[in-house]
Amino acid sequence: MPIRRSLAMKSVGLVNQLSQKLGRGQGTVAGGRVGLAIDPHLLGDLTANKCVVLVSGTNGKTTTTALIASGLRTHFSNVATNDTGSNMPAGHVAALVDEEEAQAVVLEVDENYVPRLLETSNPAVITLLNLSRDQLDRMSEVRMLAQRWRDALSRTGGIHVVANADDPLVVYAAFSASEVTWVAGGLVWKEDAAGCPQCSGHIVFGKNETWACDSCDLARPEPTWTMKGNLVHSPLGAVHLNVILPGSFNRSNSLMALAAVTATGAEITKAARAISSVESVAGRFQHRRRPGQDARLMLAKNPAGWAALLEVVEESATPVVVSINSRTADGADPSWLFDVDFSSLRNRVVIVTGDRWRDLSVRLHYGGVDHSREADPEMAITRAANASDGTVDFIGNYTAFQEVTRARS
Amino acid sequence: MTLRIVAVYPDLLGTYGDTGNAEILGRRASWRGIDVDVLHASSADPLPRGDLYCLGGGEDGPQVLAAQRLKDDGTLRSALEEGAVVFAVCAGFQIVGNSFPDAQGTLHNGLGLLDVATRKGTGSRCVGEVVVEFDALEHGGLGLPLLTGFENHAGLTTLGPSARRLGQVRHGTGNGGGDSSEGAFQDRILGTYLHGPVLARNPALADLLLTWATGGGELQELDDSREIALREERLLSATRATNREGFARKP
Ligand SMILES: [Zn+2]
Repeated sequence: MPIRRSLAMKSVGLVNQLSQKLGRGQGTVAGGRVGLAIDPHLLGDLTANKCVVLVSGTNGKTTTTALIASGLRTHFSNVATNDTGSNMPAGHVAALVDEEEAQAVVLEVDENYVPRLLETSNPAVITLLNLSRDQLDRMSEVRMLAQRWRDALSRTGGIHVVANADDPLVVYAAFSASEVTWVAGGLVWKEDAAGCPQCSGHIVFGKNETWACDSCDLARPEPTWTMKGNLVHSPLGAVHLNVILPGSFNRSNSLMALAAVTATGAEITKAARAISSVESVAGRFQHRRRPGQDARLMLAKNPAGWAALLEVVEESATPVVVSINSRTADGADPSWLFDVDFSSLRNRVVIVTGDRWRDLSVRLHYGGVDHSREADPEMAITRAANASDGTVDFIGNYTAFQEVTRARS
Repeated sequence: MTLRIVAVYPDLLGTYGDTGNAEILGRRASWRGIDVDVLHASSADPLPRGDLYCLGGGEDGPQVLAAQRLKDDGTLRSALEEGAVVFAVCAGFQIVGNSFPDAQGTLHNGLGLLDVATRKGTGSRCVGEVVVEFDALEHGGLGLPLLTGFENHAGLTTLGPSARRLGQVRHGTGNGGGDSSEGAFQDRILGTYLHGPVLARNPALADLLLTWATGGGELQELDDSREIALREERLLSATRATNREGFARKP
């Protein structure tokens, strides 16, 4: 092993241990940063000779990454992944440094880092889920991201792209790749897709998920992976995929995951069974039970995420706690709350909380949703539980969600 | 008579929750017993006639498309000439002006309804909280309480002789043309860079637009306690940021 790499890897471990001891986060990013500073090619070294699968998109990255990891374990004896939510290079390095034995790697990738990961991580497969507005003060506008993905893919040979045929921005990005598998991955939120990414034309959505630009040749490619009920049709045959995770968006994530896993050579039936069995990902949809309360914890951090999640929440009548923060990982501008149609919460007990409860309160006021407010999220959950048989639906954006999942005891 | 509020092309100009502005205006009208209709006008259809048009933010490509469609359609111009009110935010603000840049910086003709011109900035995007002090009534301004919102734009806008600024920027960038101005108005058209959406944080501005659209009569008072709580918190947060930056600049 070259001395530089060896030193870099040792540093990652040491800094992570130190950072954990100091109580600074989960100690996943600091070590990775130091490692990359010592050896900028560390990620390439750590992924060499491994089967690498990347996952990116605005919504569903974490879930799909976990589903793919579960599917890959039916084919590879040792699979490494960044399941801590650290989806930038320092997090990738930290997740891989103690995984010498891993045969396969699946990495969730922040949308902005897709070009860099394509260049540095020796990927065999990349899964592109969707692109929509998210933290516009911090991230790029979605058309810019689609263009950067497209440019990067056109420079990268030998990679198998598994792409959502239902999202015009993803299709535009993936069309430049040499090998693409098109999946009918669904698109709940179409508000960001009306302007054609290829020309200044208009994307027109037709029946049966078809779409086409009215001014150029960009149109929905025929997907080879589709799902009807629980039955998946694919070039590898038909297979049942009985998804436990709630919501149609999780069925889409599962379909994308299955296509990605089989692209590595894994057997479809076994992979489908493994993907079906996943019940909760990184605490999402998990029930946090305490004396007198049973809170279902959900994450929604942008309009598309909310549109998908409201479909799940609408099925229940329990009190809802909504928590909105605007810390670094959340973005500083919660204007997007006005892009969410909260009207389905009108007849529910709703409590608003989080750093930005005032923004949320004004938004719900104009949406005709009666609500009360509670500065402390835990108090909000307790009050909501007291207003019912103890069951509560909790929905938070990124750090608001983390706050309650981490307060587990 | 029904007050007709039109959200213009939310499919192209609705990026930062700005469609909320039309929703807020509609609610504030209906809470006062005004018969109101809020329409979401898709860019695929002819623009309907309305009393109050709202345009929001958008990305570079869709912005060019929206400007072209509005120009070809012609309804916005004729409605304005017949007394309709136009409220335009960010990309919408740039479109109703004389010219605006695309992603490459190439200038496109705007609708020429508001005497402002926008060019591409040379520095980084202007992103963050903004506080603006409206010009006073006696100086020809609108005399409203402090304007608060969130900006996120790369364009720099300068005003021509027919347009007046909304006011002076106290925190943030605003128009960015070097004169510390923010927004512009001219007759019944008003533009600003602020999101939030801006009317959620500035009920007085919402009511000014409603007054213009309904013929100038006094509007019934509403309970704005939630909006005031939000305003105060945002203004305080901007003041703290100003103080921090102020201290940091000291040698
Ligand atoms: Zn096109």
